[in-house]
Amino acid sequence: MSDPLRYGLLAEFEDAESLVHAAHEITERGYCHVDAYSPFPVHHLAEALGFHRSRMALVVLVGAICGLIGGYGMQYWMAAVDYPLNIGGRPAHSWPAFIPVTFELTILAAALSAVLGMLALNGLPRPHHPLFAIDAFKRANQDGFVLCIESTDPMFDEGKVRELLRDLHAKEVWDVPADA
Amino acid sequence: MSKPDPHAPPTIHSVNDQISSIVLTTRTPRGWYFGLAIGFVLLNVMLLSIGVLLLKGVGIWGINTPVGWGFAIVNFVWWIGIGHAGTLISAILLLFRQEWRTSINRFAEAMTLFAVACAGIFPLLHVGRPWYAYWLFPYPNTMDLWPQFRSPLLWDVFAVSTYATVSLMFWYVGLIPDLATLRDRTKSRFAQIAYGFLAMGWRGSARHWKRYQDAYLLLAGIATPLVVSVHTIVSFDFAVAQVPGWHATIFPPYFVAGAIFSGFAMVLTLAIPLRYAYNLHPFVTDKHLDNMAKVMLAAGLIVAYGYVFENFSAWYSNHTADLEMIENRLFGPYAWSFWSLMLCNILVPQLLWSRAVRKNPYMLFFISIVINIGMWLERFVIVVTSLHHDYLPSSWGMYYPTKWDWGLYIGTMGLFASLLFIFIRILPMISIFEMRELVHENHDNHETEAP
Repeated sequence: MSDPLRYGLLAEFEDAESLVHAAHEITERGYCHVDAYSPFPVHHLAEALGFHRSRMALVVLVGAICGLIGGYGMQYWMAAVDYPLNIGGRPAHSWPAFIPVTFELTILAAALSAVLGMLALNGLPRPHHPLFAIDAFKRANQDGFVLCIESTDPMFDEGKVRELLRDLHAKEVWDVPADA
Repeated sequence: MSKPDPHAPPTIHSVNDQISSIVLTTRTPRGWYFGLAIGFVLLNVMLLSIGVLLLKGVGIWGINTPVGWGFAIVNFVWWIGIGHAGTLISAILLLFRQEWRTSINRFAEAMTLFAVACAGIFPLLHVGRPWYAYWLFPYPNTMDLWPQFRSPLLWDVFAVSTYATVSLMFWYVGLIPDLATLRDRTKSRFAQIAYGFLAMGWRGSARHWKRYQDAYLLLAGIATPLVVSVHTIVSFDFAVAQVPGWHATIFPPYFVAGAIFSGFAMVLTLAIPLRYAYNLHPFVTDKHLDNMAKVMLAAGLIVAYGYVFENFSAWYSNHTADLEMIENRLFGPYAWSFWSLMLCNILVPQLLWSRAVRKNPYMLFFISIVINIGMWLERFVIVVTSLHHDYLPSSWGMYYPTKWDWGLYIGTMGLFASLLFIFIRILPMISIFEMRELVHENHDNHETEAP
């Protein structure tokens, strides 16, 4: 049940292993609006939350193909179609000479799509987030291992969630208010 | 607060404290002001050299008709080569899962970025009228002209600008989680806003981390062929031309190895004093220096092979101009540069075979400086001795750098130093989150982590 005044319940765990365990248990019980926060990438944490494929490789592949076709096409059009120069009868479409720039533009487009794609799929930049209201959340970027069950989850029920978090040995639980 | 033992193994707390406190402290070490002051003075030498150049033109340099490239191209290749170690350390060693890279990748990447900035200045000014430099890019214009895509010099424009962009993104993406750490640790309102703005709202979410890691790995995979391509294309600037001493197929691999050689030398030149000044011994250990010295030795041997093969193929060609080129290089008016190059790049680095030398930071520092000088001499030999003694004896001439050549060269070192000092003051010079991950993995076996 969604609660307009509450973003969710935030719980801190002892270490990375208990966070992965908790994430796994909570996902097993059918909660789906859950996210875990850690100061470094923890192995199997995203998988424990049911997030298996980031699709970054596809984004980068599409970017690289666009760079490849765009780069080669640009040179072909400029040097062979729009302004062909006849220098000693050499061919206008001299493809070997177009390879270095094509290569560089493929790399450039792939790298740009990796960075911009990662940020866009992560919903960044996002200067404000309800979790930033909790002081303890600051530790998620230092030494804390925290998890938040969001109130938008169809199974969200404060009492049950608190009980579950206690059963999973959460060190402390905070109520996260929603944005006003 | 008690001073932590500088040689104790790091814990997740000591990683957080020690690395971020260098940035978040209100007490700036006096040495930092001293270093920045020197950098700033030299930076002004650069600005003065550029100012006079813009007023009077490239005639104030020593370049002339046979030697049209001179210091501008020597320094360009030198700087861009130095940059390559940063990408190598952060990308290639990441792909090979060399965990020791974690301590040095951040400032090696910063070094790349600043070295590329210094490199870019030279060809930009060497075009003579730098305010028209944008003509090099293909944009629709009233002259109805497009750039010449068949020229290695234009390939260079694309290679170097792609390299600068990708290096910047790689560095920035690596910084995002650390910027969030600084945002959450600082007490200053201004720093909270500044780091918060740059961290873009990073929260350390598990899904974000997964996309982040995949994107970072892909970036590393992309940057690896890029770094090889950049110095390959720089070598095409020479190898595609027909000048004796340039027209050789060995150039691309030999240039890439030279870039790695000089880049690792520069990383050592920076890492050894930084480690001493900021007590970074737990992070940058003797093992790191040893590994870098080994990479340097290996790259140096490839470079030495390049020198041998370059002269062999010139001799084997039995071409008058090539034979003349060898004789002129070895015994001509610039013979001093060739023999100093042999001393700096081939003879001195052989000391690195000794474990005792590799374990001695003073010796390593000395050798790395010698290699930096040697790699500069290499480019001087390639550019100047080839151009001044071309096919046509009537156009042979000599090249002498002027005070403005030296001013601009030394000045870019000031730009590099100023950027580096500002960087180590405002951004973490060691990746905090990767260090935390490393500490976590190392502590997995024994759960005795005390705060």
